[in-house]
Amino acid sequence: MAAKASRAAFGEALLDLGAREPRIVTLDADLSKSTMTMHFAKKYPDRAYNIGIAEANMIGIGAGLALTGKIPFVCSFACFIVGRFETIRISVGYTNANVKIVGTHSGIAIGEDGYSQMGLEDIACIRALPNIPIIQPADELETKQAIAYAVEHEGPLYLRLTRQNLEDVCPPDYRFRLGTWLVLRPGSDVTLVGSGGTVFNCVQAATLLAADGISAEVINAASIKPLDEDLLLRSAGKTGHVVTVEDHSIEGGLGGAVAEVLGELLPTPLKRLGVRGFGESGDPKGLYAKHGLDPAGIASSARKFLNR
Amino acid sequence: MDDVKLAAIAAECRVQIIRMLTHAGSGHPGGSLSVIDLVTTLLFDRMRHDPKRPDWPDRDRLILSKGHAVPALYAAMARAGYFPEERLITLRKLGSPLQGHPDRVALPGIEAATGSLGQGLSIATGMALGLRTAGSPARVYCIMGDGEIQEGQVWEAAMAAPQLGKPAHPLDNLVAILDYNRIQLDDFVAKIRDLEPVGAKWKAFGWPVIEIDGHDTAQIKKALDEAEATRGGPTFIVAHTVKGKGVSFMENNVEWHGKAPKPAEAVEAIREILGVSPAAWDDHLRTDTATRRLVDELRALEKK
Repeated sequence: MAAKASRAAFGEALLDLGAREPRIVTLDADLSKSTMTMHFAKKYPDRAYNIGIAEANMIGIGAGLALTGKIPFVCSFACFIVGRFETIRISVGYTNANVKIVGTHSGIAIGEDGYSQMGLEDIACIRALPNIPIIQPADELETKQAIAYAVEHEGPLYLRLTRQNLEDVCPPDYRFRLGTWLVLRPGSDVTLVGSGGTVFNCVQAATLLAADGISAEVINAASIKPLDEDLLLRSAGKTGHVVTVEDHSIEGGLGGAVAEVLGELLPTPLKRLGVRGFGESGDPKGLYAKHGLDPAGIASSARKFLNR
Repeated sequence: MDDVKLAAIAAECRVQIIRMLTHAGSGHPGGSLSVIDLVTTLLFDRMRHDPKRPDWPDRDRLILSKGHAVPALYAAMARAGYFPEERLITLRKLGSPLQGHPDRVALPGIEAATGSLGQGLSIATGMALGLRTAGSPARVYCIMGDGEIQEGQVWEAAMAAPQLGKPAHPLDNLVAILDYNRIQLDDFVAKIRDLEPVGAKWKAFGWPVIEIDGHDTAQIKKALDEAEATRGGPTFIVAHTVKGKGVSFMENNVEWHGKAPKPAEAVEAIREILGVSPAAWDDHLRTDTATRRLVDELRALEKK
């Protein structure tokens, strides 16, 4: 399959699932062309609601729809939707409403629009809520399976999607399961844990490291909450060095979650790669290079980390 | 249900509100007493609901968006048979499903977690939309506080609800009710951030607006009738109420927004709610054994 943005795969998945599951409805806040729900809205106009630029209201209406048996996908940019955190916390989380929260345009990878449009703290926020799993798929196949899973999952859930195209990383026979990570490449010297848009870069970094004689294990951590603790501990125990790579604030995201688990269960040297400070406008490649999230940056951090 | 009987139920609930808040030692009497006639009229006269089947898909729904007034809802729910009345005094205690603010997961019959102000009307709107599109006859009632509608999300919902679902499924199954008791936590609403002209604002957003005395059950029923007869969109009811209604020293007093009565104050409040004069109180307690037990129960708290 050609590289595809997870938001695009999401839009396609909704079309398929919508035909089979009439309870699915979509809610947007004037960004349906960007979140890719416009295709669903076109095919199922009476099941798609554009609420207007009012994300809190959209989330609350989604909760109300869920409480009457619908399966609502409430969609916006990750920063705007999780920005209405208090509504998510009470109307969705505490109420335990079966709402699927979809945040697209995650991370600095959106580039030129700059910080105000970048979802960079969404994982940290949602992770603090006790009952909302977080899924960040890494390619088209995984996105479509994650969306199908979201429909089956009873209860709220957060899906973090990208604007940018994602290369295929999962094997054709891959099956997404919540709380289960995937080893994309086995290794013995260092574990690279990526998620979403950084997974392919981790794979490429592993190739660069192999040229230097460093054997990197690459893990696709689509399930950020819950983590795959068993796989993490197994890999950390084997390599003795863990590097997390995420397009999210360095604080409170995947790296923070991994640090919490390792710190309590298997203290292991850990290097967290992520976004420091506010994001900024720029070309996505340049931004990834600046924050060390490109393959060369990941490989360089790993080498330094291993003193090699 | 006739107005005399409704008034009697509301009085019983007022007594229970005072009782449970005194046991809890904290909570919000003012707004619970201002909203109780609205809640009891809805639960005992208007709404189609079944305490034995709180998950009945076609039940009418009540979202108490001003969740701090939940003692009023708990009292009415207990009276209706959702749970035993004895449980009321577990309010705010560790392990009780009667949380300080409504918890849908903990207590069947609560429709949504509220109390973080400004969120209820959006949820009610979504419910009304879900029910309409599913062809359910169920109606959705959302009660908001006056201070609460200073929240921006309320106006997002106010703008959306009269338009949503049109043309096939307009939300004429939705009624929003303002408990306009004119006091919020810090001070009088008009001094903090005035809402006026509040009716004109909701009209401008597309809602038919009905103004009533929120303690007059006949007026409440008439307004609900009008709302039910309205086609094409939701209705907004401005219920003019008195904060602390029924207890003279709590009425229109900012201090009693969020303070529990002491046992002696609670006994005084109950005497006033029952309409017994101070001179006749001791005699009354000799014949009204239920109230006597309640007064003894509250006085025992004094010694704790």
